[in-house]
Amino acid sequence: MEFLLDLRQRAAWGGMLLYVVSAIYVCYLGVRGALPVPVWNALFWIILLFAAFNALVRSFQREDAGRQVYLYTLAGPRSVVLARTLYNALTMLVLSLLSLLFYVLFLGTDALGEAQVGQFVLVVALGGVGLAAVLTLISAIAARAGSGLGLMAILGFPVVLPMLLSVMRASKGALDGLPWSVNSTYVLWIVALDVLTVALAWLLFPYLWRD
Amino acid sequence: MRHWWKLLGAVLVVGASITALRVPLAPALVHSSADRLAPGEQAFRITGYNTHFDQSVRPYVWLATDDAKFCATTVQVEGTGSLSATFDIPNGLGGQLAHLVVFSPTDGVLPLYDAVWTGDGGTPLPDRNCDVTPLAMKPFDFSFPNRSLLYETIRNLNFHVPMWFTMMLLQLVAVVYSVRTLRSNSLRDDDAALQAVNVSLLFAALGLITGSIWARATWGAWWTNDTKLNGAAVTTLIYLAYLVLRGSVPEPSKRARLAAIYNIFAFVLMLVFVMVLPRLTDSLHPGNGGNPAFSQYDLDDQLRLVFYPAVLGWMLVGTWAFTLKLRLSRLEHALDENDR
Repeated sequence: MEFLLDLRQRAAWGGMLLYVVSAIYVCYLGVRGALPVPVWNALFWIILLFAAFNALVRSFQREDAGRQVYLYTLAGPRSVVLARTLYNALTMLVLSLLSLLFYVLFLGTDALGEAQVGQFVLVVALGGVGLAAVLTLISAIAARAGSGLGLMAILGFPVVLPMLLSVMRASKGALDGLPWSVNSTYVLWIVALDVLTVALAWLLFPYLWRD
Repeated sequence: MRHWWKLLGAVLVVGASITALRVPLAPALVHSSADRLAPGEQAFRITGYNTHFDQSVRPYVWLATDDAKFCATTVQVEGTGSLSATFDIPNGLGGQLAHLVVFSPTDGVLPLYDAVWTGDGGTPLPDRNCDVTPLAMKPFDFSFPNRSLLYETIRNLNFHVPMWFTMMLLQLVAVVYSVRTLRSNSLRDDDAALQAVNVSLLFAALGLITGSIWARATWGAWWTNDTKLNGAAVTTLIYLAYLVLRGSVPEPSKRARLAAIYNIFAFVLMLVFVMVLPRLTDSLHPGNGGNPAFSQYDLDDQLRLVFYPAVLGWMLVGTWAFTLKLRLSRLEHALDENDR
């Protein structure tokens, strides 16, 4: 499997980070003072959701036709989509952990009072990876349809919702300090959803690529 | 008769709908004027629904716990749906929930579960045997179960649930056609998938409307944050997004492929979401989160006798609508070809 490293696209990374930080800063300016746990949780996931849309919409759009043909003859569509998913998952992993860091910095740790912090970080990481897994194929479809963020948001939102709802429940559980034995059902469910999504993308992507 | 199934569908839908609206609810108690026991003479006014208290010998009334039966001293019938019963309550009772039971030969045994609280602490309800054995069972009478909270709205089961079943059937058809589109690259298969989605959206709308009305009547809100409702919202949004996606790709063969891929991807995720998540979380719907399923005791045989034909009928009518839409769209395409 070959790697498509877009790390050289610093501007893109800078843009994503700036987006997250400014979103969090706006929340910080807007709320003033401590947020109740459910709101804290919901706000965090909303920020991350939009960050994910913004970050992943580009994942197939940067490829011009020539480079695409080159890539797909070199590697085959299935390896391309797996590599893409992996890369996006890594991106989202870093992005979600960084957002968490900034979020805690700006909005305080009041909500983490009773939390199982380890569990929460695990759920955030898994959630970031999950969003990446779901949105990779969607961004490919949107890119093929030749339109940008608008179509991607419309297509992606209902598909992402199951993932988002389970992640929000799991992270709420972690924030409320539920023991691992209770919350692990959700975590396992998120992992299962990730695997299913990647498998579907792997199956369907070759048809998408064919022209 | 190649079209027998269309006729069957229409007959079943019309028949089941009329029956669903016309069958009376079984008699039941709905209210008791007091919910606590106080020592001394105490009168209860008991309200029934669809009952016939005044049509037979005077009904018997008693308070029942697991091991005691405490009878009313006097019972006075005030109308078909109302009677008043006087109990002679001894001192020092307490610590129990009792059911209030009315028995009349016309209506049978009518319980109002956990209707009275005997107060904190004290002795359990004594057995004051009053020789009531529900001898005559009520004569057979076709009726729907009369459940508290649901009451007359239970009829909606025969409309609301078939809509979702039909919608899922049509979405399954759409996915099958989408898979075929990917294999065959045929625009005809793609068109079939589109028409199935169109008709399924109609049933989704009907399911949402009937569901909203039912939710308002029983849960008190048009929309609640319930996993099944989230599933319904996701489903509807997915297929609206599917239509938007189709609208934004002008080239037919590319549109067919993209739409098919999105349909398969979204359908599988949605199916997993709708099937699995409600079992992990609470839901107000029957059969989830500790709520008893309809099939356990709500869905009795008489309700089933209307419900299953309704489901089958709506599914047949939905399929019929799909074939009509498909024929129409094929004719339109043929006309377009001719024009050119």
